[in-house]
Amino acid sequence: MSTLSLTSAFSLLLKRDLVLAYRRRAELVNPMLFFVLVTAMFPLGIGNDAKLIEAVGPGVIWVAALLAALLSLDSMFRSDYDDGSLEQFMLSAHPVSILVLAKILAHWLVTGLPLFIVAPLLAVLLNIPASAIPTLMLTLILGTPVLSLIGSVGVALTVGLRRGGVILSLLVLPLFVPVLIFATDAVKTAIVGIPTTAQLSILSAMLVGSLVLAPMATAASLRISLS
Amino acid sequence: MTAASTPSSSVAYEARSLQCIRDDRILFEDLSFSINPGQALVLEGRNGSGKTSLLRILCGIRLPESGELLWEGADIFKLGPEFHEHIAYLGHKDGSKLDLTPLENLRIARGLGKAQEGIDLEDALDQVGLYGFEDIPTRNLSAGQQRRLAIARLLITDARLWILDEPFTSLDRKGIEHMERLFEGHLNRGGMAAMTTHHRIGFKEDIQLVRINLSER
Repeated sequence: MSTLSLTSAFSLLLKRDLVLAYRRRAELVNPMLFFVLVTAMFPLGIGNDAKLIEAVGPGVIWVAALLAALLSLDSMFRSDYDDGSLEQFMLSAHPVSILVLAKILAHWLVTGLPLFIVAPLLAVLLNIPASAIPTLMLTLILGTPVLSLIGSVGVALTVGLRRGGVILSLLVLPLFVPVLIFATDAVKTAIVGIPTTAQLSILSAMLVGSLVLAPMATAASLRISLS
Repeated sequence: MTAASTPSSSVAYEARSLQCIRDDRILFEDLSFSINPGQALVLEGRNGSGKTSLLRILCGIRLPESGELLWEGADIFKLGPEFHEHIAYLGHKDGSKLDLTPLENLRIARGLGKAQEGIDLEDALDQVGLYGFEDIPTRNLSAGQQRRLAIARLLITDARLWILDEPFTSLDRKGIEHMERLFEGHLNRGGMAAMTTHHRIGFKEDIQLVRINLSER
């Protein structure tokens, strides 16, 4: 009975955030547009040096994805904090970490998943060989949830501050760096044609680790932000 | 302090020597009181005297600097979610999403509590005078109607303790009287309330009020 109501609370909250996102879809296009524009402008800036574009391609895609994630992070708890919904979550009869996980999942579906979907197109634009595109997709599907999960802790800590934007970047970007390093390295290795199991395993480990730890840390941070 | 820490389960909600400090100022200290079924705690005091802080402490959102809060003899910070299912909090902010309709807002509020399938959400909206508004975005409702929606959230839980921070803000006079009747109904059913208000409360004589004035301590 109690686990049943917990899963229904989880899906209710997930649905709520997706409906809210759909009703304000204009704001959601922003991170995605940023991602596409940055990666599309890069080849234009570099000029017609195909070798160079191929060499920086994985890095460009991942840096753009990382910054797009950072751009969208602040919206994760901001409106809930402003209108008092967050207080109601804290007083829920369910564990806050589970509710937080629903919000993170919704955030990722709305901001992370679109990046994953357009990535193959951008990969072609950046001259990444077709043989490496599956690896790029794998790093994105494993890596972008980690960005949302780790980011949620930072957002939860800074949501109570009026101008938390700069602190949020300083807090969260260093934690994003390992994801960036292993993900771009995996794609570069795949371009050369060497197996990428090692990098992908580490990315998976990061995903599992942050999936277990981040919701609890976020719940605790929210409690600090609200008190 | 040692003598005071023996559990007393006869009292529903008890606060023992609470202290609250904000920005290096002591808002209140050594504040003790208890709330029993059918009673309402009414906090008075001038602006900035710590009424909202005390209510947030009573919810468990904010930690007191020292002191204990006991729900049926058990520490509320140890109970956690088990304590939260007994309380409903109405803060300064309504806690409703403006992009959702009143009905959607209530559905989420119900989901956050323990599942009570029996409660009819439209009936709750009807009780606060929002019948016919259930499918309009909350953004389009007036401030008073948004407050009524927040009060409807109290009605759909089976919480025993209602914690209300200025519940009558932006309600019209008839609305205030109507809400007072709803609160009385809750108290008469053995519920409890802790509230602040600048409005003179017009509860019927038989309701027990515990008044605490935070500025005169």
